[in-house]
Amino acid sequence: MRTVLYLIRKEFKQIFRDVFLGKAIIAIPIVQLLIFVPAVTLEIKRVNLCIIDRDMTSYSRGLLEGIQASGVFRIKQLTLAEDEAYSLLNSNKSDMVIHIPLGFGKDIGRGNPVKIMVSVNAINAMSAQLSWVYLNGIISGMNMDIALENIGSLLPTNLKQVDVTHRIWYNEMLNYKHFMLPGILTILITVIGMILGGINLVKEKEIGTIEQINVTPIKKHQFIIAKMLPFLAISLMDLAFGLVLGRIFFKMPFVGSIGLLFLSATLFLIAILGLTLLISIYSHSQQQFLFVAFFFLIIFILMGGIFTPTDSMPLWAKRINLFNPMVYQMRITRMVMLKGSGLIDIGKDLLALLTIGITLSVLAVRGYRKAV
Amino acid sequence: MRRLLGFITKEFIHIFRDLRTLIVLFGIPVTQILLFGYVITMEINDSSIAILDLSKDEVSLNLSDRLCSSGFFRQKENLNGYDDIERVLRSGKVKAVVVFGEGFGCDLITRGKASMSIIADGTEPNYATLVCNYITAIVNDFSREQNEVETGTVFLLQPEVRMFFNPELKDQFMFVPGVMAYVLIIICALMTSITITREKEFGTMEALLVSPLRAGHIIVGKVVPYMVLSFVTLVVILWVSWLVFELPIRGSLGLLIGISMLYILLGLSLGIFISTISKNMQQAIFISLMSLLLPTIILSGFIFPVENMPKAYDVASYLVPSKYYLIAIKNIMIKGLGIGYVWKETLAMCFMSAIFILLSIKNFKERLQ
Repeated sequence: MRTVLYLIRKEFKQIFRDVFLGKAIIAIPIVQLLIFVPAVTLEIKRVNLCIIDRDMTSYSRGLLEGIQASGVFRIKQLTLAEDEAYSLLNSNKSDMVIHIPLGFGKDIGRGNPVKIMVSVNAINAMSAQLSWVYLNGIISGMNMDIALENIGSLLPTNLKQVDVTHRIWYNEMLNYKHFMLPGILTILITVIGMILGGINLVKEKEIGTIEQINVTPIKKHQFIIAKMLPFLAISLMDLAFGLVLGRIFFKMPFVGSIGLLFLSATLFLIAILGLTLLISIYSHSQQQFLFVAFFFLIIFILMGGIFTPTDSMPLWAKRINLFNPMVYQMRITRMVMLKGSGLIDIGKDLLALLTIGITLSVLAVRGYRKAV
Repeated sequence: MRRLLGFITKEFIHIFRDLRTLIVLFGIPVTQILLFGYVITMEINDSSIAILDLSKDEVSLNLSDRLCSSGFFRQKENLNGYDDIERVLRSGKVKAVVVFGEGFGCDLITRGKASMSIIADGTEPNYATLVCNYITAIVNDFSREQNEVETGTVFLLQPEVRMFFNPELKDQFMFVPGVMAYVLIIICALMTSITITREKEFGTMEALLVSPLRAGHIIVGKVVPYMVLSFVTLVVILWVSWLVFELPIRGSLGLLIGISMLYILLGLSLGIFISTISKNMQQAIFISLMSLLLPTIILSGFIFPVENMPKAYDVASYLVPSKYYLIAIKNIMIKGLGIGYVWKETLAMCFMSAIFILLSIKNFKERLQ
């Protein structure tokens, strides 16, 4: 035990001896957290419209007013030239072109159906679909009004209407900050643990100091533990910092138990550091380590459900994700912080993290050869 | 010139000597494009929901069927009471619960109006919004059809939509260019920043500095081999995304490759700049990853549309190199536009590369004194 403590002290000294890194491991995550958490929203705030209104009657104006009243759409340009409208679509200045044909008002007045052409810039498929759904909803509402007006004198119960109300739980205001903070925080602690921990070991190899350790009676597992704990501590400290900042700056709720979150973060970081050490044991240079670590890092981040939902992934990807510690940690963090889920709800995920962590650490210990 | 060639040859030997890194260098971008092209998606499909049907009549069963056969939703559980809602949402088993109150169908038939509600899990706000919107749209379609069939009412406003540039609404059109921009710049910046700091750390940089090579030569010599490697990577990436994801190249291929090479040069010169301000590899790696990993995902328009962000972020995003590249390649590949629509982005990337290179040369010279 004492041996491990000495080794850990050595690691801490080495980290904080580098003035730049000593400051950076605390300052950079804080700055990034504060900057990037408020940035992200996926809600569609405004869809810029370009309108080709060939009709110019009170009916077409009524339609446009109705569309604008929703607050989602903003009419940016009125034009009669189709070329102009499409060049706006090309240059991203408008997201949608609505074409109201000549005779629109007349036909509505007579009770004839009219086609309205809607062209959407669909490179971003999701926002295109979402804005189309919004628009369709608005137009359906208008249709209902017109139909009710027309047959109002007859039987009002003839038309059936289903009202759909929605309620959002756990994040009533759909606050994206409360969604992003756990994600960005998890990325930051992962990156810090991975870079510091991995590079540290490979560097000892490159400089040759690892041979000095190899000739001492330090055991393999002691060495791995000593390489793991300092970075685990630093990452957990960053996590604590991040949570406090989130509380202060973004009023981040914390419904569940803090202890549970730190337990899962510890298991998660053991898994990450286990993988990191495993990679660095088999790398000959920092460069090699870095590219392999980067490969896993990006996969963890982009498949971990931080930015995009894991539920929509294809089945094979979900299978890969069973081995992705980030998925479990993300789910646990959001559940504990926002829903107040307890041990029963997240037990399985914790167990998965534990299994991954132990497997990787054992592999790291076994892979480490004292003989060169 | 011959000196420079000699130096470049040395760099090539360095790179090819380390076979593992070389494999990783080509392997990473290709695997990642393949993987993320499939995996990164914002769509809803097969999303788990639970249904609490207190009415259990023809209409509510019909609607539940509709929801679950749409392909967007899958019924994971049938709830019996309001108490169950909390349980299933808290355990994260389902993303939303659809509730039909008592006498739902009866209300609809006798009074013409009935209400149902959706309770969605807001921990993923975007997903929650999408789920609510999709369910509402399906229900609206349902009532419209019912009305048309039963009362013969024809709705007058008939919107017809055309999805421009991406008629099949493939998510890949958004994300594959994003992954390209993301992976290319990080790999380029990491490569150069490491190779230079490595020379510093091992002391071989001093040998270079006392040689007759000028600062500019050293930088060019470091950049050229990686430009060549990245060109190969680029071609492979473009080929894979065309082959697998049917990502079109509607514009000029020459222009696309030209702009991509410019972007690669930008990434490499950023890497060199980072190496001139860091003392060792650890610092260089730390700075490269921290300055690229998150800012590029968030501010380049890769996943999140920058236009919707608060104003300050929109402004800050002009500092992110990938933003220009993404706009440019989407314009060229998907919209099929020419130089007229991408000259601003090209200029911005030229400008940024020039600044990084000049700063690096300046930093180099200072070390000589």
